[in-house]
Amino acid sequence: MNPQPLGEFLALHAPELLRRTGEHLWLTLLAIGIAAAIGIPLGVAVTRRPRLERWALGFANVVQTIPSLALFGFLIPIPLIGGIGARSAVIALTLYALLPILRNAYEGVRGVDPSVRESALAMGMTDWQLLRLVELPLAAPLILAGLRVATVTCVGVTTIAALIGAGGLGTFIFTGLQTVNARLILLGAVPSALLALAADFGLGWAERRIAR
Amino acid sequence: MDSAAISPVRLESVRYQIGEALILDDVTLDAAAGQTLALLGRSGSGKTSLLRLINRLQSPSAGEVWVEDRRTLDWDPIRLRRRIGYVIQEVGLFPHWSVERNVGVVPRLEGRPEEAVRRRVRELLELVGLEPDAVAARRPRELSGGQRQRVGVARALAADPPILLLDEPFGALDPITRRDLQQELLRLQGALRKTIVLVTHDVREALLLADRIALLEQGRVVWRGTPAEFEAAPEERVRRFRESAA
Repeated sequence: MNPQPLGEFLALHAPELLRRTGEHLWLTLLAIGIAAAIGIPLGVAVTRRPRLERWALGFANVVQTIPSLALFGFLIPIPLIGGIGARSAVIALTLYALLPILRNAYEGVRGVDPSVRESALAMGMTDWQLLRLVELPLAAPLILAGLRVATVTCVGVTTIAALIGAGGLGTFIFTGLQTVNARLILLGAVPSALLALAADFGLGWAERRIAR
Repeated sequence: MDSAAISPVRLESVRYQIGEALILDDVTLDAAAGQTLALLGRSGSGKTSLLRLINRLQSPSAGEVWVEDRRTLDWDPIRLRRRIGYVIQEVGLFPHWSVERNVGVVPRLEGRPEEAVRRRVRELLELVGLEPDAVAARRPRELSGGQRQRVGVARALAADPPILLLDEPFGALDPITRRDLQQELLRLQGALRKTIVLVTHDVREALLLADRIALLEQGRVVWRGTPAEFEAAPEERVRRFRESAA
């Protein structure tokens, strides 16, 4: 079925593999960056306004329950934010990454020992000082753990982005599926898995360093 | 008002409620300058809430709390709290900071020069009976319970506040360490003459440390007087409390 030698196959696809890996990384990093920029401040804000809790966490929870394949599909017909291409993909990936980041930021800050928070306030820290000097440093390991889960998941989900024309390593997988070419599927799947492992390892290392 | 004679901490007809629950009811009380006022009462008598009204971690539902020449509601809460040292049973040291950084936190927030803060921290650690070179670099979790509480006291004293609030400061310690620290506080107070409001349910602690005692029951002050008066008081509720210690 695959008369072509493996070396030749890889050499032939090397330039595209490089490009697709780049796309894949870019989609993932952009989505995680945006999700962190929204999720961490929102998670902290929710600890300040308990009434937001149900809405913010509820929304993120609901998004998480939508099958990722369907989420990409839903975005295609939506004007402005949707359509075909990288923009829709990044939006879907961001929504998907939001829950673990938001929830861990919220739990991390809320989990700070109440007596520590109480002394900080009693010593005349402003809310901003309490957050910056005490709560965020103590919540940092949990926040990083949320980023890690979100990133590892996102690397995998990004393969689906190829379906709506956003590129990435998923392109090989879908082409492979359509042409019943196992090598092409693996050419997408293996690097994607390696990226996920690398992200897991790197962020896990950062987490341990911070927790000390 | 005669400013020379006023007490640094005064409560006037203070009521404090959370929703429907009445925590403090018509409390009028004052702590004299340089003296220790002990608030004695069972858990749930409202003594911790009373303390938290003084540094405005809570605000009164009615009545007025005065600190020095101003109502607490007229103070900038940040300024107010930096003039008041606060020590609680759980200590609440910052677990991610060294002892040095914990003790120096308020002077540093106040923007005092680094060199002066460092000197002040060493001085305070010695004052509370700790060896600066041995403990300054350690994290709170590397200290014993008694050492942690000493660090908590040093931290409360760091900016030299005229007022100290102590909420069951030695409640979590074993009896021997507790007695050591009580003696230590007595010695400190002899030298520093702070205005102290001490919350405790331990009669012996109140008798040992206080110049004045106020007995709280269900949010009301039901008796007040000196330790000597407390020991002689014929009232039923005081007697019952005395006997609980025996």
